[in-house]
Formats: sequence, structure tokens, C-alpha cells
Amino acid sequence: MLTIRGLTISFGDHVVLDALDLDVAAGEVVCLLGASGSGKSTLLRCIDLLEQTDDGDILLGGVEINDPAVNEDAIRRNIGMVFQAYNLFPHLTVLGNVTLATRKVAGLSRREARERALELLARVGLDGKAHAYPDSLSGGQQQRVALVRAVAMQPDLLLLDEVTSALDPMLVGEVLDVVRDLAAAGQTIVMATHEIPFARDVADRIVFLDGGAIVEQGTPAQVLGNPQDPRTQAFLARYLD
Amino acid sequence: MTRPVSARQLERQAYRRNRTIVRIAVGLVSTVVVLGALTAGVITSPGWDRVKLTFFDWHHARESFPHIAEAFWLNIRLFLVVEVLVLIVALLVAVIRVIPSPALLPFKILATIYTDVFRGVPTLLVVLLVGFGFPALQLAGVPSSLFWLGAIALTLSYGAYVAEVLRAGIVSVHPTQWASGRALGLSYGKTLRHVVLPQAVRRVAPPLINDFVSLQKDTALLSAIGLVEALRAASVYQAETFNFTSIGVSALFFIAVTIPLARFTDWLGIRALRRQAGG
Repeated sequence: MLTIRGLTISFGDHVVLDALDLDVAAGEVVCLLGASGSGKSTLLRCIDLLEQTDDGDILLGGVEINDPAVNEDAIRRNIGMVFQAYNLFPHLTVLGNVTLATRKVAGLSRREARERALELLARVGLDGKAHAYPDSLSGGQQQRVALVRAVAMQPDLLLLDEVTSALDPMLVGEVLDVVRDLAAAGQTIVMATHEIPFARDVADRIVFLDGGAIVEQGTPAQVLGNPQDPRTQAFLARYLD
Repeated sequence: MTRPVSARQLERQAYRRNRTIVRIAVGLVSTVVVLGALTAGVITSPGWDRVKLTFFDWHHARESFPHIAEAFWLNIRLFLVVEVLVLIVALLVAVIRVIPSPALLPFKILATIYTDVFRGVPTLLVVLLVGFGFPALQLAGVPSSLFWLGAIALTLSYGAYVAEVLRAGIVSVHPTQWASGRALGLSYGKTLRHVVLPQAVRRVAPPLINDFVSLQKDTALLSAIGLVEALRAASVYQAETFNFTSIGVSALFFIAVTIPLARFTDWLGIRALRRQAGG
């Protein structure tokens, strides 16, 4: 579904992604691991066309999406992205946040959008908060709303950028449970995370990044159980203490 | 940077370059078309020849220029004096209105009445009332010079607007900033002065300067009480020659000052956005 070849991007003199290749199959859950600054977030931002790349191809369903001639809005309609800081719209209720794109972009009627939103909110246990404003919710609740907002567009590909990093440990679980359900339902997910136990549990493949390149990738058992590269070993040793 | 780029990437870069050129061309063409149509509309109007003679006469422009330039210096001085007075009055009023001290209650009421009344009364009315009413009181200490009476009138009017802008800025600073100031042991006043006000003023700088742009041109209202500033000088010339070109010349003086101020405001706004986005 997603094919990346030779993806390169620099900020000034700093090469953030260095000729990176990555393939993601439909229905696959790929977890990106790596230290801060290894390029995980930048990779996700490139896929969502939020950065102008220096070289390389990003193909989604066979279409070169980093072609400057494409309609970026049409591409992004099929890609969901959730950010570390939730980024909910504070002036809209939970329901308003979730139905904004389904009404204005996907063109659902008010009633259809509302039904879809309430069903998804019920699945994450937040149907009772439909009329609350984001600032009155906990971080975990806000992030679940952000996930629902992205999923409501029924994207082919869901990008999750450290969605639990701003949450305290008590709230991480409730967000990861939602991601786990999405994965079980067959959603294609590329996810940057520091939650190694979760990645072991849910990921079909783990990709370890360092210095803007893929150092090692494979099943969780391979990469986490028997890391080959010294950089992966050092990273895991620090995290799994 | 120096690494070789793929052929496909070169195509993408060429596409982006072309797109930039097309965008610039579209901008230029639409500008020429719109401005051209506006100009044509004015020039082809039936009265244009007449208007050109009475409003855009080169001879009268040159004749009136030195008189208006001399008088405009008065507008500049008024603006500079009133700007400082307005800042002092506005800051005082805004702070009185936000400080939650019960002892200040009468002043809070007065400050509220002041902002309500002076934002409601047209500035020209305030100018007339102060300019002709204050001296009539025959109080000791009331200045008799038109300059200071005019300055007081504009300060009263603009102080009310600017006080509300500053108050909005103070209120918009997040409560956690107050909390962290107080948590460090700073008093209410010190938190206000060192933590909240600096953030508030930065946040409202664009609307603040917007008010000063407005103040600058409203110095012309003082012609109503007989101050010979730029507009008055232009009117005098117009009355003598029956030609309106001098009024246009005085307008150019005001524009020459307001445009740089307006661009400065834009720049402040952009800089504030960049700072927030960065990091």
C-alpha cells in the first residue's frame, strides 16, 4: 500500500532522513522505534505531505503522492494523522471536532456524520462526552477523541506520531487500547512510539531508526528479542531496564 | 546539499519553479487588470476634467506645500505628546480595572465609567467640549493654550480605547502565569509588572499601534478649535484660492506617516506568529 524509496530530507545542513526505503502492506501495523531525533516524526510528516522532501518517492496505492502536481487535500483525505499534542479544535465540542471533516470534506449529512461520530465515540467509551469541550477532558480522553476524529474519515492509512508521549502512565493504556482495537479491525497503521511492550504486542513489524536511516527491521520477536545491530541493542537496553 | 539528486526530483523541482513563475504572473496580471479598471473608471467619468482642475492642480500643490508642511509639524508634536500621555492614562486605567483590591473600588467604578463614556462620545465632541468648555470653567491651573487643551481632549478620548486594549491583553495572559509568578513569592503587583504586563503588551502590540495610527490622523480634529495644523492650513489656502488641491496635499502628509506605522504593525504581527511557531 505504502512504498517509500530513497526518501531524503534535510533541515539546513542536518540530514534528517537519508535515502530511506520502507514498504507497508495493507492491514499491516508498523511501529517506528528510535531515539528522539532519529527521524520517526519527520518520516510520518513526509508521508502526510507536511514537509517538502529533498529527494525520493512516496507512493500510496501506486500513486506518487509527493509529486508537487498532486492535490494534497485529496491525498490527505485518505491518510489520517494523530499528533502527540492532540491538536483538537478548542472552539468546537467533541462532536464538532469529529464531524468537521466528515461533513465538510467527506460530504456526509449532519445526521450521517453525527451517527458515525457517536458510534465511534461509543467504541472508545466517550459517547457521554459528545457535547463537552476539549479543555474539559483529560489528556487521555482528548487523545481518544483525536483518534476518533482521524478514523471517522475512514482513512486507508493511519499515522500516529507518539500519541501517548504527552500522557501520564495511567492514561497511556486507555489510548493504546483504542489503537489495539483499530489494529485488530484491520486498519493500516504506521506509528512512532516509545511504548515497547505495546509494540511487541500489536506490531506486525518493528522498524528501528537511527540517524535518519533504518538500522534494523523485522517482527517484534526478531527486533526486540534478538537485535542484531549494536545501536538497536543499546537503545533497547536503555528502555527495557 | 551537494549529493546528486534523482532525475525524478529534478522534474519535481522544475515543476515547482514553473508553478512559482505562473503564480507571480497571475498576481501581476490580476493587479494590472484591477488597478487599470479602477483608474479607467475614474478617468473616463464625465466630471474628471473638472475634478482634475480643482483637486489635482500642480501649481496649487507646489504653492500650498510649504504652508502645510510647516503646519504638519504641529500634528507631529501633538501626536508625540498625546501618545505618551495616552499610554500613561491607559495603563493606569487598565491596571485599576484588573486589580482585585476592594480599597480601589471607587477608582474601579470611575475607571469603568471613564472608558464607557469616552469610548461612546465622538472624539470631535470631546475636542469641542474640552477646547471651549475647560477654559470657561476659569479654574486655576487649567491650561489656556490651545495646544494643551487639544492634547487633553485627544488623551481623554484615546486613553479610553487604549486602556481597553491593554486590559484585554492582561486578561488574555493565561492564569497559570499568575500562579507561577505568585508561586515564586512575587507579590500581585510584581507579578503584574514583571510577568503579566510584558506578555500582555507584546500580545496587543498590533492593536495598540493601530490605535496610534488612528490617533495620528485624528490630530486633524483639533482644527475645529482653531489650532492651525495641516488640515487647517490647507483649508485656509483653499478658502483663499477656491482650489481644493491643498486638502489633497495635507492628506498626503498624513498618509506619509500612517503607512510606515501600518507596515510596522504588520511586521510586528508576523514576527509574533513566527516566534510562536518556532521552537
